[in-house]
Amino acid sequence: MSQHTRAKSDAFTPSGQLQFGVFFQGVNSGTIWKAPESGSQTDFESFRRIAQTAERGLFAAFFLGEGLRLREHLGRPHALDVAGRPDAQTTLAALASVTRNIGLVATQNTTYNDPADLAHRLASLDLISGGRAAWNIVTTDNAWTGANFRRGGYLDHADRYKHAEAFVETAKRIWDSWETPVGPARRVLHEGRHYAVDVTPRLPRSAQYRPVLFQAGDSPEGRNFAARQADVIFSAHPKFDDAVEFRKDLVERSLAAGRGANAVQIMPAGEFILASTAAEAAEKKEWVRSLQIGPQQAIAYLEQFWGRELSSYDPDGPLPDTDPMVEETSETRGSGFHGAKARQLADQWRAEAKDKGLSIRQFVTSKTARIDSTFTGSYTAVADQLAEYARVGAVDGFNISPWLIPTGLDDIVNHLVPELQERGVYPTEYRGSTLREHLGLETPVRSADEAVERVRA
Amino acid sequence: MSTYPRAGFLAIELDGAGWAGADITRAVLAAESAGFHAATFTDAPAPGRANALHRAAFAGPLTRSIALVPEVDTVYTEPFHISTQLASLDYVSGGRAGWIVTAAESPEAAAAVGRPSGTGGALGQEAAASIEVSRRLWDSWEDGAVIRDVATGRYIDVGKLHYVDFVTPADFAGAGYSVKGPSIIPRPLQGQLPVLVPASLLGEVPADAVDGVLVSAPAAELLVAEVRDVRARVGAAVAVIAELDVVLDARGQAAGSRVAAFDGGRAAFAGTADALTDVLESLLAEADGVRLHPVSLFVDLEELGRLVLPELRRRGALRARVQDGTFRDLLGLDRSASRYATSTAAPAGAGK
Repeated sequence: MSQHTRAKSDAFTPSGQLQFGVFFQGVNSGTIWKAPESGSQTDFESFRRIAQTAERGLFAAFFLGEGLRLREHLGRPHALDVAGRPDAQTTLAALASVTRNIGLVATQNTTYNDPADLAHRLASLDLISGGRAAWNIVTTDNAWTGANFRRGGYLDHADRYKHAEAFVETAKRIWDSWETPVGPARRVLHEGRHYAVDVTPRLPRSAQYRPVLFQAGDSPEGRNFAARQADVIFSAHPKFDDAVEFRKDLVERSLAAGRGANAVQIMPAGEFILASTAAEAAEKKEWVRSLQIGPQQAIAYLEQFWGRELSSYDPDGPLPDTDPMVEETSETRGSGFHGAKARQLADQWRAEAKDKGLSIRQFVTSKTARIDSTFTGSYTAVADQLAEYARVGAVDGFNISPWLIPTGLDDIVNHLVPELQERGVYPTEYRGSTLREHLGLETPVRSADEAVERVRA
Repeated sequence: MSTYPRAGFLAIELDGAGWAGADITRAVLAAESAGFHAATFTDAPAPGRANALHRAAFAGPLTRSIALVPEVDTVYTEPFHISTQLASLDYVSGGRAGWIVTAAESPEAAAAVGRPSGTGGALGQEAAASIEVSRRLWDSWEDGAVIRDVATGRYIDVGKLHYVDFVTPADFAGAGYSVKGPSIIPRPLQGQLPVLVPASLLGEVPADAVDGVLVSAPAAELLVAEVRDVRARVGAAVAVIAELDVVLDARGQAAGSRVAAFDGGRAAFAGTADALTDVLESLLAEADGVRLHPVSLFVDLEELGRLVLPELRRRGALRARVQDGTFRDLLGLDRSASRYATSTAAPAGAGK
């Protein structure tokens, strides 16, 4: 794999290649459940089908999110969107036995997990899968989510990256602790503000040394955290100019963190609506959007911001003339918007909708459609577009959210991938057997030998 | 569910298969083809031992009939997470998941998460609380809560989702906690996963909270008495499962020469396949099942599959396995409605 990894350097060098990941979302309005071909969101067959299709398309990675609390709407579980999903690592461990190459990425939170336990479970997944595991690090913390956990939501929000970084450092020491594949292990100690760890790790390093680290932070602190700790950033900047700008920013931050310009890869989230011709794709997009945001979802979307029931309003009529309830609440709804700015926002939206002549449904569709992250067009046109990303190194790949389960990757794998391969910007085989090899990431170097690893917050 | 068929079931502990996918595959397929009814996965901290839930989940898509039952700790874990993980195991195994509840005692387990270690009754309370949280969360989505009603735009019938509002009891020895719910995953395929506990946790863990009890004795000759004693405490509705370490004469070597000492703290058998068959037959006349702990997994598993299980089947001592059956089916347990269901009358005992 060494010929594919690039030496540490101050100058960013585009690889000229793209990798795909697939994000089986399991929640929110992006996944269509109303079409006849919409499959189960929980049956293992759906997961197997998506993962095996992705593997047929030489995807680098299969992503799962982590569910910590069901989304709510006006104080009750949200009824209108897909909800309810299996545990990420358990499902990925099962997928490891029915796939051979694809990386298995588990989103896991640093607030509601213990470092020693999480590191052990990720190491287990990595070993069982033969070096294909990754951790998508998230740092959410709030009392509303914490109501499902012993530890609650106990962090100062400002501290969450400090806590997360100490957590990740501890996990890395744990993965680094075995001298050889049969031991001995060095003991890992951490005494920090948020937790203490004293453990002799149970597992050796995997075929890819340790799980690959993904991270999705976008704030300056989040980007610095990724630049110091992550292998891949799961970015929110798929649009070409933004992606180029984001790359530049991340390269600077990586260099400032003492890492190479190519050390951190970028895979933005993307939605693909493709067909043989541009006209067909546009038609398909209409259909997708109409099923993603139905009349009830459009009303419910506004209700989140208005803080009150709006079911008496016509989704095909103008925005509600009633004002939002203004209440200073803490984060209790899982999504949406709170506080005194609601009134101001409502005024702004009403003016905008009136100005553009949009109904409630049209307005909400315009607000929720992932305009920036959706690629719509013919297979060849989108392949040309993506080839340009590869050529300048705007991104290292895309993390695709299929809008249909379990068939949502079929046209990407059957039609887009071959177009990309023809353009020389997409793999024609798996480079090796581990996720680190697929991505062309460097293998970490084991830290200096000490009998005991001490990690400070 | 009050009466079991007299024929019992056999479980095998697959520790010793290691962490590699290929070895787990080999072990679980060998256990299934040998005719074992259940495979268990220990999770006690030991060098080289991967997470038990992951090993069980990996085995899920590879197998069709064997129940997959990991140990999951209740003292240093988040009840919300383990409930979700176990429910997910049920999905990936097509309803063949179970749970061996453990309560970590060792100071090392406490130090790993920076918490004080507990003892005795405090551990039992942790186990009881985690079982209750899991059971409530598994019921927190009633069957059929996912309605996909295009006409009204509702994916879920919110009336079939329930907050569980668990709070640890006032006399809880550890740090008290609460869990809001509902679960993040719809009701498991089995409704409720079968929950097994070691007999040492009974008492703090009430018998009506569990579906099976694992019974150990210091020596094989004491095992039947112990099984009878536990049976008297838990009644007929809870499966009583005897624990037995096993080493067989194999590959031309006498059992005695293959093992220096047993260290499981359990009753142990060393000898010929014929003698073991007799021991198991008599145990299965008293217990609902026996769990075997082979001293050397792959060596003993081969002998068990070749000589012991076929003979037990011939004698009618083993329950028939059901292709694509659930672990509840194996244990003779009904699939009850959710405890929160109001739309249909819940049968008695639906809480479990």
